[in-house]
Amino acid sequence: MGHLSELHARCTDQYIEKFNRSRVIVGLGTCGIAAGGDKVMAAIQHEAASKNMHIDIDFTSCIGICFREPTVEISLPGFAGVIYGDMTPDKVPYLLESHIINRHPVEEWAVMQISEGSTALYENITKMNDYPFYSKQVRTVTSRLGRTNPESLTDYVATDGYKALEKALSMQQLDIIEEIKKSGLRGRGGGGFPTGMKWGFVYQAVGAKKYVVCNADEGDPGAFMDRSVLEGDPHSVLEGMAICGYAVGADEGYIFVRAEYPLAIKRLQTAIAQAEKYGLLGNNILDTGFNFKIKIKAGAGAFVCGEETALLTSIEGNRGMPRVRPPFPANQGLWGKPTNLNNVETYVNVPFIINRGSDWYTSMGTEESKGSKVFCLTGKINNTGLAEVPMGISLRDIIYSVGGGIQNGKRFKAVQIGGPSGGCIREEDLDLPVDYDSLTAAGAMMGSGGLVVMDETTCMVDVAKFFLSFTQTESCGKCTPCREGTKRMLEILNRLCSGAGRMEDLDTLERLGRVVKNTALCGLGQTCPNPILSTILYYRDEYLAHIQDKRCPAGACSALLVYQIDPDKCKGCSKCAKNCPAGAITGGKKKPYFIDVDKCIKCGACLPGCQFEAIYNDAAPHRNNCRPATRRTA
Amino acid sequence: MATIQDIILSFRDKPGGIIEAYHAVQKAYNYLPEETIAVAAETFGVSEAQAFGVATFYSYLSVAKRGKYVIRMCESAPCHIAGAEALIKAFETALRIKAGETTADGKFTLELTECVGQCQGTPVITINSVPYVNMNPEQVPAVLALCQ
Repeated sequence: MGHLSELHARCTDQYIEKFNRSRVIVGLGTCGIAAGGDKVMAAIQHEAASKNMHIDIDFTSCIGICFREPTVEISLPGFAGVIYGDMTPDKVPYLLESHIINRHPVEEWAVMQISEGSTALYENITKMNDYPFYSKQVRTVTSRLGRTNPESLTDYVATDGYKALEKALSMQQLDIIEEIKKSGLRGRGGGGFPTGMKWGFVYQAVGAKKYVVCNADEGDPGAFMDRSVLEGDPHSVLEGMAICGYAVGADEGYIFVRAEYPLAIKRLQTAIAQAEKYGLLGNNILDTGFNFKIKIKAGAGAFVCGEETALLTSIEGNRGMPRVRPPFPANQGLWGKPTNLNNVETYVNVPFIINRGSDWYTSMGTEESKGSKVFCLTGKINNTGLAEVPMGISLRDIIYSVGGGIQNGKRFKAVQIGGPSGGCIREEDLDLPVDYDSLTAAGAMMGSGGLVVMDETTCMVDVAKFFLSFTQTESCGKCTPCREGTKRMLEILNRLCSGAGRMEDLDTLERLGRVVKNTALCGLGQTCPNPILSTILYYRDEYLAHIQDKRCPAGACSALLVYQIDPDKCKGCSKCAKNCPAGAITGGKKKPYFIDVDKCIKCGACLPGCQFEAIYNDAAPHRNNCRPATRRTA
Repeated sequence: MATIQDIILSFRDKPGGIIEAYHAVQKAYNYLPEETIAVAAETFGVSEAQAFGVATFYSYLSVAKRGKYVIRMCESAPCHIAGAEALIKAFETALRIKAGETTADGKFTLELTECVGQCQGTPVITINSVPYVNMNPEQVPAVLALCQ
């Protein structure tokens, strides 16, 4: 097998050669592009051409600091690469002139610097490892993100790409499966099933034709780690799948990726074509006689297809509805053949485990959850982005150290973990270690890794309603508990948020939630009550406020807002009365006006018109807090 | 433009190719015109009911005619807590249509969607699949002006 070492040597030479030139690299993941990265790229190309600069202009994907996009990295030969954040086209001329022509990095725009090998560091720029966002991260699955060009096979091979495949092809199938078992790797899509055990089932399954399928139908609200990995390191997914294919005895693989991720699809297609061209996929891979082809299937917008049997049904060209298990896909999967199905992140872990060994992998994490996990930080958190942390780290560390705390100095209220299948974790439980079992015990779930952080202005009843509205919309309708149960629970939550809640609603919600959990056909239904049950458990007083006081303590449920006029501030200008479409505001000239709460439709039209800031509600409390607002009692 | 028949036939030999065929038709025509269903049913050897069932099961596919610009507004929880409700209202007011409708001139369709996986910059909308992040109601006129 001289084939890969030859390619590796060639790619490494080309890769190292890049560092002998001045380089400007733009972060062009979807997040970077959406933030204007493509315009920054165009400005760099224009500036370099007009000033006749001899530089390499390249692109990479998102390095994780989405909150600083668009990012640009500049590296001079022998010096560390400096990552600049919040770049705009008009900053480009000065940036290039200062850093490249005058060799002075623009410190005030720099986020951090990354030293490759023995390159010299700059004095006043934070090193990546010291940058708070990264200081508690371990970058394995995400190691190439933001560091290599995702459309370059050269970059992938030069950074040890396909070495694990070469090594695996020289191993016995069962030895590979054993190594994965020993690593303790568990499914990163949410369920946490031991990966090696699953591979073992598929290996043992009877049948000449087997499939390997990658679940890239990421759909949890708040989750985008699979997109980031597919956009940033597509070859690693292919390599992980090929190793799996060899281990379980499959010769064909499918990647099921959402249609909402066009860039991921494009980069996967590029990667597959490159790998086939160099004999790393296709027939007779690396001259070993092993054949493995990978095809892409685009989803069409159905969250339920993230469920494994629904996903397979969709690949077959049907409505993506789940079916009863057993038989499990390991025995009867795609077109009735034994099928191994794992998530993107799970496959990407595989080459690292094969290269570095299961002992290295088990050195990270907790007793039952090994390795690292990629999380997406979203919501009311300062540093929104992508972070890979060791299993066992506390949620507090993720939110405050990595995530930089809560936006606008507000108070933390809850973090929703595991998307619509997960639950809310409160302040008191933030020191929980992040692993599959502790999160489940707390009424949440690891899920795919979306963390939605909420502050004091978020209403927990409203959040539960929106997660449920999601599952209700996405319920495929096949089984009654999910189809009807989600609808009825949503009706109740809508009622609570509109002020028509009744005390017995809480019991009904809990009972319905338990029934749906225990009787729904697939994971979507079985887990969809979690956001409700966990919020009722931890934030019962908020539910009670909605029901008994017809009040939303967070001031988020607009139907429950009570608009009032401060008589001390009102100058009697009558503007609010003219703006009120319901005729609820009355008063006389130069006298304080008054809002009739029974007529008020809570549209808020009065609020912006008042130049004396006399009108207030729970969401916009008036500044004079001496006198508590009188509440309407129903 | 290729005919619907030609587009669908090119996927005939692909296992489970009906969804790919629908994607291709929608790419060319912006929605699935009525004849798509019958042609797909015949090509893939399924009943028209089943072909229609597949076309209507998936939110990304549309059997109703849509505008030149399809604006999908995310209303999932992360976007919601970031103020999606006001954004949705702003689009509805600016275009004088409700979510799910198309403007009379056939230029814009407004759709509500679930999470599109760009939660790093909530609230998010997509226009013909291109994401626009960190949106606020004040940006609505400028974003609409880009659609020419």
